[in-house]
Amino acid sequence: MKQLVILSGKGGTGKTSIAAALAHLASSEMRLVLADADVDAANLELVLAPTRVEEHPFEGGAVAEIDPDECLACGICEGVCRFDAIIPGEQSYQVDRLACEGCAACFYQCPKQAIRMVPQQAGEWYRSDTRFGPLFHAHLFAGQENSGKLVTMVKQQARLLALDTDADLLLVDGPPGIGCPVISASAGADMALLVAEPTISGVHDLERVLATTDHFGIPARVLINKTDINPARAGDIEAFCQERGIPIVGRIPYDTTVTEAMVNGQPITAYADGPATEALHLAWAHLREALRS
Amino acid sequence: MIITVASGKGGTGKTTVAVNLGLALAREGQLPVHIIDCDVEEPNAALFLHPTLKESEEVGQLIPEVNLDLCTFCGRCAEVCQYSAIAVVAQRVLVFPELCHGCGSCALNCPEGAISEKLDVMGVLEIGHAGPIAFAQGRMNVGEAMAVPIIRQLKRRAIPEDHDGRVIILDAPPGTSCPVVESMRGSDYVLMVTEPTPFGLHDLRLAVQVARNELGLPVGVVINREGIGDEGVDAYCEEEGIPILMRIPLDRRIAEAYSEGIPMVEVLPEYREAFLALYREIAQRVGMEVTP
Repeated sequence: MKQLVILSGKGGTGKTSIAAALAHLASSEMRLVLADADVDAANLELVLAPTRVEEHPFEGGAVAEIDPDECLACGICEGVCRFDAIIPGEQSYQVDRLACEGCAACFYQCPKQAIRMVPQQAGEWYRSDTRFGPLFHAHLFAGQENSGKLVTMVKQQARLLALDTDADLLLVDGPPGIGCPVISASAGADMALLVAEPTISGVHDLERVLATTDHFGIPARVLINKTDINPARAGDIEAFCQERGIPIVGRIPYDTTVTEAMVNGQPITAYADGPATEALHLAWAHLREALRS
Repeated sequence: MIITVASGKGGTGKTTVAVNLGLALAREGQLPVHIIDCDVEEPNAALFLHPTLKESEEVGQLIPEVNLDLCTFCGRCAEVCQYSAIAVVAQRVLVFPELCHGCGSCALNCPEGAISEKLDVMGVLEIGHAGPIAFAQGRMNVGEAMAVPIIRQLKRRAIPEDHDGRVIILDAPPGTSCPVVESMRGSDYVLMVTEPTPFGLHDLRLAVQVARNELGLPVGVVINREGIGDEGVDAYCEEEGIPILMRIPLDRRIAEAYSEGIPMVEVLPEYREAFLALYREIAQRVGMEVTP
């Protein structure tokens, strides 16, 4: 079983649309398990019309809670909290639940033991069926921490099922950025597909995400999206990849049917035979070969 | 006034709005303008502003350092650590910096006073100016996991204590989790930039939940690339009573300028007035005196 993670650094370059298209193309040739590792803003389900099979709570960390009847308003908790999560008051202090990182420093320092640590449900994760294979996805509740842990949970579950069912490919739609959720999404990947757009920001962010996959020893391939919005910048990406020895698996032209397909809840390759679909067929053929070796 | 520009979904135009709003205001010259790039994983505002960076400061968080001459290997540090970032194995103490949140609880709780703290560098803060605009950004080092400590220190360092009469624009990272919360906290207004598509709408809903429901902040929307998708965002905003403060049409000239790192108000100066109007609208809504 091979694991392919789709990343981009910069948001909005087309990771999810490309993930959906690759899922569609791969599913006709092999057994597939899908994981949406962007738990902040999980969009893969919007184009795969999944049927939910399982739903599980995700326990995040705990949050401190101060018993107002016990609190002496001595301020020791505020003094030890490094997250500005303690709100002083006349009679008693309070905890800013969103700022609290659950470190329990206040819990251990409170002279009156007026503080307790309350476990929080930080989200949910799901197993769903789609016409292309099982999908593992999640929803991190608004403003919660531990998105990396939830990503790890989604990935682990997807991986277990993929191994159990002897699947050929685990396709992971990753989050933007280069931090903890990206690191969790990439762990164990055989290859990273980096989706880049030919803009100054796109080139800058591609370099950062490539440095990240390099750091973790994951071989990368690049797919240029909306390649014709700035041919000169697309050329910069080509040159950069050539210099770094990173193969480019495709160049997708700007194609308005891609957004049309999204509005209609379909992967572009299942929706229209335009230039984007054509480029994605080629990209998939490249990736399939690259994953085989 | 602190305005955070956020979105949920990535690539909707947060940086475009933050930069052009700042440039339009600064050109009027009536209010001091600050732009702070809080997307420390992928900071891009500088690509449009070309700031002169005068100061650079390594930042990170404090991680424990154990003095083995004093340590009795009692295991109290590991017991109080909520992140499993410190472990005592036989006659050794292991510290895992990538799990540590820098809370200092292990040092506070060590009965022997054997734990001190040292800075684990996670990135850099860079401070300078772009013409009249005070500029600051954080850059997280590649391979680091946690953006929040960098954002927290960036805001502490770059937002003046007394910011009355200043306009401070924060360019937030995408998403809806802790780095976004850290960016939005303490703002007077959250401006959500979205695109009118199902992905844009889905993520806008989540971002509004964070800003409005969790943090209790007033929220307004900018629709970018109007005409690209469907009517879902309009219907949602109407239903939720969220004002749509600006619409930027899908325009190849804007996309091309963006791709070259050129702010749209330079290519299409007619947008200056639109961004000033956006500012006035926000100022009015948060009850500030409206200048310019």
